[in-house]
Amino acid sequence: MSTAVVTTAPTTGPVTPARSRHRRGAMRWVILGVITVGGIAMMIPFVIMLLNAFKSPQEYSNAGPLTLPTDLYFDGLINFWNRVDYPEKLWNSIVISGTVAVAATLVSLLNAYALGIGRVRGRLWLVGLFMLANMIPQESLVYPLYFMAKQVGLYNSIWAVVIIFTVIQSAFGTYLLASVLGTFPPALLEAARLDGASRWTILWRVVYPITRPTLSVLMIFFFIWTWNEFYIPLVMLIDNSSQTIPVALAALQGDRLMDVPTINAGSLISLLPAVLFFLIFQRTLTRGITAGAVK
Amino acid sequence: MSTTATTTLPRIRGEVSYWAYLVPGGALFLAIIVLPFVMNIYFSLTRWPGLGDPTFIGLENYVRLFQDEVFWTSFRNSIAMIVAMVVVPTLLGLLLAAVLFDYIGKKFSGSVSSGLRAVYYLPQILPVTVVGILWSWILNPQTGALNVVLRSLGLDGMALNWLGSTDTALPSVMAVMVWVQVGYPVVIFMSALQRVDPELYEAAELDGAGWFTRFRAITLPQIKPETFVVTLTCTIAALKVFGPIYVLTRGGPENSTNVPSYFAYQNFFPKSQVGYGAAIATVLTVIVLLVAAIFMVLQARSERKEAEGR
Repeated sequence: MSTAVVTTAPTTGPVTPARSRHRRGAMRWVILGVITVGGIAMMIPFVIMLLNAFKSPQEYSNAGPLTLPTDLYFDGLINFWNRVDYPEKLWNSIVISGTVAVAATLVSLLNAYALGIGRVRGRLWLVGLFMLANMIPQESLVYPLYFMAKQVGLYNSIWAVVIIFTVIQSAFGTYLLASVLGTFPPALLEAARLDGASRWTILWRVVYPITRPTLSVLMIFFFIWTWNEFYIPLVMLIDNSSQTIPVALAALQGDRLMDVPTINAGSLISLLPAVLFFLIFQRTLTRGITAGAVK
Repeated sequence: MSTTATTTLPRIRGEVSYWAYLVPGGALFLAIIVLPFVMNIYFSLTRWPGLGDPTFIGLENYVRLFQDEVFWTSFRNSIAMIVAMVVVPTLLGLLLAAVLFDYIGKKFSGSVSSGLRAVYYLPQILPVTVVGILWSWILNPQTGALNVVLRSLGLDGMALNWLGSTDTALPSVMAVMVWVQVGYPVVIFMSALQRVDPELYEAAELDGAGWFTRFRAITLPQIKPETFVVTLTCTIAALKVFGPIYVLTRGGPENSTNVPSYFAYQNFFPKSQVGYGAAIATVLTVIVLLVAAIFMVLQARSERKEAEGR
């Protein structure tokens, strides 16, 4: 990111006359100020959350939401941790999102190999179908999926959610990867073929190593998207023991035992995994968002 | 070697066809997307409480739907969601991205602008229920942070029941959605701006073009593809919005924040009117696909026009 900014930096050349440069000097601080105030406004909910996550209910009702807590109060955090059984929900979320990320990337690669490199007949229609599937609202799939899951005994199982999101995410992955593999250098494939490699060998020895950067971006995206999914997990996972973090959090809403520190501490530890994940993969992600946008 | 040569390789004897690679993905796709989609359309033509056998009733659900006040309210609210999730974030995002990239990035430093970008993007990465639960507490009429602060400032009259009154619920939800959504266009547009050749700006600057003129004449046309992507994906997301409504208001009070997807959910699960819910979902799907088709036609037309103009 920063490299591109560096290349454009020299444009502040000496072309501007001195008088207007002076006026701009004041102006630039005003603009920085406005943008920063906007940024601060964006952060207010998080700041309020942090201020009140470790503040006792008594102190909250006396001093209000905008003060620093005088004593650190951990009962809200403990209360939330025990009530939702946080480690269990975290584990469910990790298993679901992790399995979907790997499985959906694998399915996308296999599909895209046939469509982008195999160029099977009717591939444009098939790619169009996968793209269309991306746009279908989950609302029009959810009831039949719920009904089917009940029939096959997967209702209330995290595997129902894993299978469904593997397919939903791979529809996007196939669409994206098929166009990436469509531009794969033919010379590489021909060279491998001359060496006697089979299609299966070419996929894993030639195509896979070269597309690995794209595959890892896809995998990170699938992980985050699945992690944040709400509707289908809400419908499928009704037992406490199978729920994900977002669903468990929503289930607690309106509970009269949810006092101010419990809500804030609960929100804090529920958003922590997403924020950590984002910080770790920030570079890959910002690159990926761009790739996704110009697809 | 000719680059136009087809990449399909001749088959080694006994080797499987490329179709074999589509089998696992294709079978899953049929079972999890195509079959449920068809089933949903069938359900929409029936009366079915979810148990026993569905009774076929033809288009009755659709007839009922078009006379249903709540259905029309939910689609009016979809337009409000488009304003809050597409129109406002795209305009704000465009402005913020241009200022961050073009102004802050150059006059201060790249790290200031990328730091601010991360701040604006943060709400985008959070699970929607976390966002919802945090905001529904902040906006809570009794214990919420906003009203507590307002009362302590002596502004008791302004301490409204933000999410609980028909006057303020929809605007409150819209404000939360703007907060959630604005980071997405900022990030996309900032990366789009890096694609623009800086020489264009330099040339314009030498010609004496001001910042706004450069923005209008260079920036906007150059980042058109990204603008299409942002508005299309956000419009589809706005039409499908479910999680925030579920967590913030459950469509209430008096359906004043109900949206099609939540309305369908209400019929599927709490009310067990599966056929009616399926009809709502089908209408929503048709609208989403229609909107996507319109966007793509417009995009293709504008690209063609540009190609002719050159």
